[in-house]
Amino acid sequence: MSSHSAESVDPGKVSLWDYEHHGHDPISTRTLGFWLYMLSDAMIFAALFAAYGVYVRNAAGGPTEADIIHPIYAMWESVVVFTSVFAYGLGMAALKKGNRAGVINGLLAAFALGLVFLGMEYKEFADLIADGAVPQRSGFLSAYWTIVLTHGLHMIFGLLWMLVMLFQVMREGFTQNVVYRLINLRLFWHFQAIIWVCVFTFVYLKGVL
Amino acid sequence: MLVDLQGPWNPLFGRLGLLLEVHYNNPVLFFAFELSVVVGVILLFWATCARKWGYIWREWLTTVDHKKIGVMYIVVGLVMMFRGFFDALMIRSQQAIAVGPDSPGVLGAAHGYLPPYHFDQVFTAHGMIMILVAATPILVGMMNIIVPLQIGARDMAYPYLNALGLWLTVVSAALVMIALFIGDFSHAGWVGLAPLTELPYSPGVGVDYWIWSIQIGSVGTTMGAINLIATIIKMRAPGMTWGRIPVFTWTSMASNIIALTSFPVLGVTLALLTFDRYLGTHFFTVGLGGDLMMYTNLFWIWGHPEVYFVVLPAFGMLSEIIPTFSEKPLFGYVTMVIASMAIAAVSWSVWLHHFFTMGAGPNVNAYFSIATMLVGIPTGVKVFNWAFTMYRSRMRFDTPMLWAIGSVFLLISGGMTGMMLAVPAINYIVHNSVFVIAHFHNMFLLIVYAAFGAVTYWFPKVFGFTLDERWGKRFFWFFTAGTLMVFIPMYTLGFMGMTRRLDYVSHTAWWPLLNAEMVGIGLYAISIACFVMQLAVSIRDREKNAVGADAWGTSRTLEWATHSPVPYYNFAVTPIIHDRDEWAWRRKHGLTSLKPDRYVDIHMPKNTAVPLVLGVLSLAFGFAMVWRIWWLAAISAIAMLLVIIYRSFDKDTDYIIPASDVERMEKEMLARAERVEGNAPAPGGAAGGAYASPQAPSKRHQGD
Repeated sequence: MSSHSAESVDPGKVSLWDYEHHGHDPISTRTLGFWLYMLSDAMIFAALFAAYGVYVRNAAGGPTEADIIHPIYAMWESVVVFTSVFAYGLGMAALKKGNRAGVINGLLAAFALGLVFLGMEYKEFADLIADGAVPQRSGFLSAYWTIVLTHGLHMIFGLLWMLVMLFQVMREGFTQNVVYRLINLRLFWHFQAIIWVCVFTFVYLKGVL
Repeated sequence: MLVDLQGPWNPLFGRLGLLLEVHYNNPVLFFAFELSVVVGVILLFWATCARKWGYIWREWLTTVDHKKIGVMYIVVGLVMMFRGFFDALMIRSQQAIAVGPDSPGVLGAAHGYLPPYHFDQVFTAHGMIMILVAATPILVGMMNIIVPLQIGARDMAYPYLNALGLWLTVVSAALVMIALFIGDFSHAGWVGLAPLTELPYSPGVGVDYWIWSIQIGSVGTTMGAINLIATIIKMRAPGMTWGRIPVFTWTSMASNIIALTSFPVLGVTLALLTFDRYLGTHFFTVGLGGDLMMYTNLFWIWGHPEVYFVVLPAFGMLSEIIPTFSEKPLFGYVTMVIASMAIAAVSWSVWLHHFFTMGAGPNVNAYFSIATMLVGIPTGVKVFNWAFTMYRSRMRFDTPMLWAIGSVFLLISGGMTGMMLAVPAINYIVHNSVFVIAHFHNMFLLIVYAAFGAVTYWFPKVFGFTLDERWGKRFFWFFTAGTLMVFIPMYTLGFMGMTRRLDYVSHTAWWPLLNAEMVGIGLYAISIACFVMQLAVSIRDREKNAVGADAWGTSRTLEWATHSPVPYYNFAVTPIIHDRDEWAWRRKHGLTSLKPDRYVDIHMPKNTAVPLVLGVLSLAFGFAMVWRIWWLAAISAIAMLLVIIYRSFDKDTDYIIPASDVERMEKEMLARAERVEGNAPAPGGAAGGAYASPQAPSKRHQGD
């Protein structure tokens, strides 16, 4: 790094302007931005997990974690989430080969498994309501519902996004915009699986220790 | 599922029925209302008569140009700063009047003219506005304008997202202003003291306004942070290595890393509070498992990094202004960069010093005390670097330099009192006293000083003419006199035991000092008049004050290597960087001509109305959520989603400026520069053989 060079410069030999088109690679720029967004999303979950660590003891005489948490059921949910991510990964492998049908099938499978996950989560929370373990019952239940449903809300957005991408892949093929969105959605979908690992560990597994 | 509410609610209008209970005969509110309406009507009338609507729509409302977005950010910030100043004026005048048991009361107040509930709304609004919709937008706007220019970028990484960030910030400001007239604002302090913000203690809509205003604005700030970080990483011109990035850009980077990681925590905190208020959960309630201190912890985990989020760009501004007017390179570039990053890092480990008195053990307090004092090290490094930059230099006292030096003095005094507050033992004594208030105003004023300096410094870059020096200096001196007169008495009162947020001052011995503060606020009012005069006189004399590329003649960084005002494509041809202070390097070697050998096509993003539409929808959403008009909230949320999806199908988002057009525009601008520098006392050297002088002489030495 030349900071303050003292030597004289021949004006004829210095190139001051760059005439090339430095089209900053749009796909990598977009992906970087999405990584940054994921970082901020990670902070949301970090704050929620930190808060959950405090609230987990605040059952206020209501149901405690041992009463409501079913890690075996959550394990099956985990299997569904990971299979969905795997299906999405297969779709992305097809993208590398430019195989449109492969991408669509991968997305469809990932979407279907995502729906199954949400259905399982719906049943879980319907049971909680039936037992009276509603978020209004105690600080612990408020935190439990919030952390699991924040993840669920992300899953819903991911599914909506998949629908849009299915449509765009079918209509437009692999344009630059479609490709960077598929890459970002992969990141998003993997990230939801990672967050689910944290939920499973810190909420479900820790709940029965 | 939803909580039971006190008061009226109906499916169509939500809680708007509450408005019937608000007292609109209050002359204070009425004055604010009249002022806003009159100014608004005058502006609308002017725009209509001058047939400016098409221009405003095309050039401003739908723009994705980072410089125009930055200007709009700063305008919003300045307008809201004016609003925040009015709140300050009311706080000071109330406290000066309501002293002692015999003090009179008017307008329904037992003492002074503001009833306690109204006074509490005023100081809440003052704090929230000054930090989140005045300081933050001014700094974000400045980063928006300058960062891409300093790194030689054509534009931001995501121009569309940039516009969206702006409109969400505008919505945040708009919600605060709407709260002034339609309903109440929060009365729980700008930090939202729990459980005072819980529904049983604040059953009105004030806290909801506060929540949604901050929530929507902070989403905008997070987007801006993503954008600026990605821009700095990805969009640098060839040769702009990490070791050559100008310090303002470095501090912007540090600052936006803080924003990106801390604003989500604020979002979570407010969301949990929202669940408490809307759904009846128990995060911060009293009892049933709620934890009051959890709110304070979460809030300050955002709140303290936010302090550094706003102070770091100010440090960057000082690091640009001081070398320019010292006619010397910045002393200690590398340490400056390291210090910025160190401050950003430490900012994450000091939040608990905001509540040393909550009853944490001595070990916890000691840890946070030491962490807080650590901040003094990198900050001290910075102060010494600025001092050594000025030492044995050719200092010129143009207005930006006055602001910069004032800022350094404020940093030293505010830093000293900060060190005092970092000692838990002292903190126990002055906790929640106006000493603390004086300290953080001291710190925020250093940011304001740097920002005003930066506005004056970069104004000619954006608009092509300098601001008037004489009125600028009057503005500076009156503002400084106001600062001294308000905050020295306030420090003193803090030591005398006066606590914060008093609508009635029982102790008559404090009256003289409260009156001194009143004088100070009067001086501030005069300084605002000087600022308005400065703008008016400068716009009148814009031909006379027009400048070429290098407005100050001794500028150093890359943003001065393009025309003033900057064309919408920034640089006709992307510059190649050779030195840390590229423009100073080019000037030294006589390479200041802005005319390249040839022109090439330029690829630009197209204007779009989508961010504005999303802004309007989020305003509707925020308003609906405040008043619990569920149908409107649902419709606007779904509409936002649909607009975003719709936009993702738009393929027509870019265009090419042909090289011939670039050449035509560049010719005009070069001709303008020649004209301007031909008759103006151009410090950067005569134009024609544009900027021919290899060594830029200072203005003072020109006659020699």
